[in-house]
Amino acid sequence: MFLLLPFDSLIVNLLGISLTVLFTLLLVFIIVPAIFGVSFGIRKLYMKTLLKIFAWATLRMERGAKEKNHQLYKPYTNGIIAKDPTSLEEEIKEIRRSGSSKALDNTPEFELSDIFYFCRKGMETIMDDEVTKRFSAEELESWNLLSRTNYNFQYISLRLTVLWGLGVLIRYCFLLPLRIALAFTGISLLVVGTTMVGYLPNGRFKEFLSKHVHLMCYRICVRALTAIITYHDRKNRPRNGGICVANHTSPIDVIILASDGYYAMVGQVHGGLMGVIQRAMVRACPHVWFERSEVKDRHLVAKRLTEHVQDKSKLPILIFPEGTCINNTSVMMFKKGSFEIGATVYPVAIKYDPQFGDAFWNSSKYGMVTYLLRMMTSWAIVCSVWYLPPMTRETDEDAVQFANRVKAAIARQGGLVDLLWFVCRCLEFLFCPGLGSESC
Amino acid sequence: MVHDHDFKGHLHGDNFQISLVSHSQITRLYSRFTSLDKGENGTLSREDFQRIPELAINPLGDRIINAFFPEGEDQVNFRGFMRTLAHFRPIEDNEKSKDVNGPEPLNSRSNKLHFAFRLYDLDKDDKISRDELLQVLRMMVGVNISDEQLGSIADRTIQEADQDGDSAISFTEFVKVLEKVDVEQKMSIRFLH
Repeated sequence: MFLLLPFDSLIVNLLGISLTVLFTLLLVFIIVPAIFGVSFGIRKLYMKTLLKIFAWATLRMERGAKEKNHQLYKPYTNGIIAKDPTSLEEEIKEIRRSGSSKALDNTPEFELSDIFYFCRKGMETIMDDEVTKRFSAEELESWNLLSRTNYNFQYISLRLTVLWGLGVLIRYCFLLPLRIALAFTGISLLVVGTTMVGYLPNGRFKEFLSKHVHLMCYRICVRALTAIITYHDRKNRPRNGGICVANHTSPIDVIILASDGYYAMVGQVHGGLMGVIQRAMVRACPHVWFERSEVKDRHLVAKRLTEHVQDKSKLPILIFPEGTCINNTSVMMFKKGSFEIGATVYPVAIKYDPQFGDAFWNSSKYGMVTYLLRMMTSWAIVCSVWYLPPMTRETDEDAVQFANRVKAAIARQGGLVDLLWFVCRCLEFLFCPGLGSESC
Repeated sequence: MVHDHDFKGHLHGDNFQISLVSHSQITRLYSRFTSLDKGENGTLSREDFQRIPELAINPLGDRIINAFFPEGEDQVNFRGFMRTLAHFRPIEDNEKSKDVNGPEPLNSRSNKLHFAFRLYDLDKDDKISRDELLQVLRMMVGVNISDEQLGSIADRTIQEADQDGDSAISFTEFVKVLEKVDVEQKMSIRFLH
């Protein structure tokens, strides 16, 4: 019943040895560098190899398509419409500047036809803008061997299919378990580490340890996703007493940003595993977690955020994304209130390279776990992070205009502005404490 | 791959002027439509529009987005998308086919003006009231101007336009005020190909 085959014990031994070797390799090449924040450059090498393979695959596909007389659509590099050359922001500034002059008889001119310009600009940007070009299957210039990005996957050649099959094997049978193991290590270290640090008395040593525990665990998670990140302008990194605002906020963005800086997170308390992590984290460091019921109470949210921001010794805030996207169609009109609080906003633009995996989180379609699994079965996540110069609200701006200015700055650098409404709401709270009972 | 029957199915039975848009233009707009449709369900929601950065900073952004959605609905399909965009075709294109008996083209001067009128007229009562005018003014000029100044601008505008003395601007009055304005040029978007 036990060892029926003569070489069963041999198999068991081999298994044991290979697991030990794997574990040691993991430790040496991935976790140790994560602890100290250094890198062996393995991921960059991996990326270069992948690019070469993708280029070959694309050539092969194009050749195959030509042979079979299929049409491969290329992205439209020129615009499709003739655009008005004036810039929208300049025009808005012009209109608003003309109203700020003090002379009584110099009232700004307004015509009913003034809206034509904005209407047309709006339509132009709906038809075609520089930023929202997503690479659909037809437009992807090079195929990255993921069938999820090439909906027209057809049989072109044996070699290509074999390559694709090999890709699937590697991704699901080798990379995925490795990444899950790393993620597990990272998360458990985070929970255990922060809980232990939480027992220490408050002081500089606790802060120091807390910072490093957080950073270390986030770095492990970054490696768990095989995220290859390039940081730009690190001198503009968020400082204490500020708010960090990023575009495209998905759980991965949080990991990417938090592995390069020490932030206080703001978000809703979740149940399950997330809740465990949240409760552990808050022991070591003052994160701001809201109960579901508290989020409805805008004043409470505003009050807690304001208190945090005003305390200069507190860490910069990083707003954690929410799962649901509530429809925000009303135009906010704020009356002039008392804008005393001036927190500095540090915009961060994150731009993903779609070649290696589409990092967009369609929260109505995928839950968080599905999304993370999708990320873990992609080749890698390659992104660039730009730390933009800090922005403060000008005296003649209201909260909405300021939020839009921040949005525009991020969009210019990083592209798609996703789920930013929640962040803008928070900005509105902070800068309009006298909002009272006005309904928006 | 983008096939002819995808569009014909959408546009069949609609006004003939949409079919005047060339095939390549339709292809490009369809490609645009799908790239905005992150949910991949063949329709656009308001969030899909709000993701466009330049639209977010446009003072009339929300109003323009609303113009795409029929009364009470939250999703717009490709046909509705094209229909709204058809308002902005240049008028010269109509020279190619003068169908006197057909319905008025969507991009006629009158329809363009009607589109703009609807941006002002929130409650759809075919009148621009003082409040509605104030709202649009406030969106465009920001917070620099005081309420009183804004109010006087609105009053002056209504005074100039109002002819039947109801302190609101009806569509006919709106058209009359703008009769000298080159609406065709200001509310037209030309395709490059």
